[in-house]
Amino acid sequence: MSTQTSSAAAMSAPSFLRRHGLWFFMLALMLVLPWVFYDHEKGRHSGFAITLLSEMALMSIFALSYNMLMGQAGLLSFGHAVLFGVGAYFVAHTLNFIRASGLPIPVELMPLVGGIGGLVCGVLTGYVATKQRATAFAMITMGIGELLTAAALMFMTFFGGEGGITTDRVVDTSIFGIPYTRPIQVYYLIVAWAMIAALLMFLQTQTPLGRMANASRDNYERTQFVGYDPKVIRYWQFILAGFFAGIAGGMYCLVYEIVTFDTLAAVKSANALLATYIGGAVGFFGPIMGAVLVVGMQSGVSLHTSAWLLYLGVVFIAMVIYAPGGLLGLFANHIPIARMGRLGELVVPYARILVPGLMMTLGFVLFVELTTHQTINAAQGKKFSLLGFAPDPGGTMVWLSAIVAMIGGALWVRHEGRFFMAKWNALIEDAKARGIVA
Amino acid sequence: MTAIQLTDVRKSFGRTEIIRGVNLTIPKGQRHAIIGPNGAGKTTLFNLISGRFPITSGRIEVNGNDTAGLAPQQINHLGLSRSFQITSIFPRMTVFENIRCGLLWSRGHRYSFWSLLGSQKALTEEAEQLLERLNLSSRRNVYAGLLSYAEQRSLEIGITIAGGADVILLDEPTAGMSHSETDYVQHLIRTISEGKTLVMVEHDMGVVFGLADIITVLVYGEVIASDTPANIRGNRAVQQAYLGEEAA
Repeated sequence: MSTQTSSAAAMSAPSFLRRHGLWFFMLALMLVLPWVFYDHEKGRHSGFAITLLSEMALMSIFALSYNMLMGQAGLLSFGHAVLFGVGAYFVAHTLNFIRASGLPIPVELMPLVGGIGGLVCGVLTGYVATKQRATAFAMITMGIGELLTAAALMFMTFFGGEGGITTDRVVDTSIFGIPYTRPIQVYYLIVAWAMIAALLMFLQTQTPLGRMANASRDNYERTQFVGYDPKVIRYWQFILAGFFAGIAGGMYCLVYEIVTFDTLAAVKSANALLATYIGGAVGFFGPIMGAVLVVGMQSGVSLHTSAWLLYLGVVFIAMVIYAPGGLLGLFANHIPIARMGRLGELVVPYARILVPGLMMTLGFVLFVELTTHQTINAAQGKKFSLLGFAPDPGGTMVWLSAIVAMIGGALWVRHEGRFFMAKWNALIEDAKARGIVA
Repeated sequence: MTAIQLTDVRKSFGRTEIIRGVNLTIPKGQRHAIIGPNGAGKTTLFNLISGRFPITSGRIEVNGNDTAGLAPQQINHLGLSRSFQITSIFPRMTVFENIRCGLLWSRGHRYSFWSLLGSQKALTEEAEQLLERLNLSSRRNVYAGLLSYAEQRSLEIGITIAGGADVILLDEPTAGMSHSETDYVQHLIRTISEGKTLVMVEHDMGVVFGLADIITVLVYGEVIASDTPANIRGNRAVQQAYLGEEAA
């Protein structure tokens, strides 16, 4: 086994890189990506891409902090955005305070200020919520979320009502002399903090508290009988999750320079849940994948269709039913087959499922787009087009082909699915026989 | 010194009195078995001693401390640990991590979120030694939920003793096991209870008479006898109430 390697070998550089390769890969990717979208004609960065990447990074941290509760401690929260939002408000007020008072607090520390805000909020709300677990915990967090959203609209001085709190990140207090006038400068600050926060959260999983959070998730009664108080575990875990959610909120404030009540409202909380579940709560990196996908759909797909939320919902439901381990779980399922060196045998089954799958998806998308066009867009005088085609949205043929492709594709997928599962099960059985999976 | 002292302990669920005035003294270092027909209240008695349920009246002392109002983890800190009738482990953690979780509190790690467990060499070594004793070394990195039933029972005994408690409660440790598995677990219990106080509920009379110094017979929430195995075997009331042909 790989765990049997001597500690001397583990310290050598190549194996260090291999073991932590994913971290370096993520960092490199985040550093390089803005340049992929660089506009050479105009000689500047794409504003859309930078904002999208910033949002992906900060939502990844938000989702990872959510997973400290969901994946690690088995706590389903419906009010995680409260911690995020309060962190964001903290930073908005701090920036305004710096501007008003001239106090030289470095802009670079703003995510940390957000973290402190989230931590304070975690200490207060967590004290109530973590007395309970399971359904009661979920209900309390939901209540706290509603309570703070309502409060945000009532208490003007801190939350600024519907208009929120606007701020300006250009306060000239940078320790590196960076003005942060350009989004790319803020982006790199966010990359730095995202790496720090993700690394700290990763290390936290390997501490006594992190492990006992797993233990209390698995079996809270057994946890008591090995000497731990599950309530104390939950409370500490909640406070730490609040700290990291607050850091993400702080990043948010730096990017958008405005914080409104919807940073702590239910939709934001749902986003964390969606990202974590779609990415996979079972492994550490799952929520990052989920956050990238959710933000991508939110920002990318929403440009092309007003039905993006519907698509996100369908993806979520499909994941819950067919891949409860999320994207990460899907990848992990292939590991034993890859270890046998037989991944190639899945190419044909995958291809056979891909063709009808694509047909079904296209049919469904066409159907949804036609419907939204007829009910919403047509009234706005917009023209119908999908993937470069512009059929007459009133024609019978186009509706018929959408429905046929959707239903026919679904039936065909079902048929090919059986073939796929037969092949898959045979491979897994083989892996079991060889002792690759328990 | 007494490890466990029960004084007129009573427990009611609603109007039904399950434990009806139990008095019992278990001295330190004794191997003690509690037997009795189904529904006698054996597991309930365990739940009262370990703090899983509060008692209705009476007094329970563990290592000389009154346990009234204490949570299970606080009773654990007094030096008492238990296993469950229905296997209670951490299924989504590896076998090694299960054992390590059992060790953490007693080795002073508490709720620390700043020390990395990977760098705790002594802790790792201790957990591995215990796995060796449990015959589970080869299963070290397997998720506990994937172990066989007998392996899970052994693992639970391991988690129970890992924290170094000197009073150990085992609830039907050999239930559902084959003959060879039972023999192995009986041997395991003997070695791990060396120098400790052991209290167990058990239905396998071979295990009970093979291990126990004193046997207490519980019938309908009352102790009808508490004596050496030889005397219990000869006790007429016990024979009538419980042992029947099994001991004859």
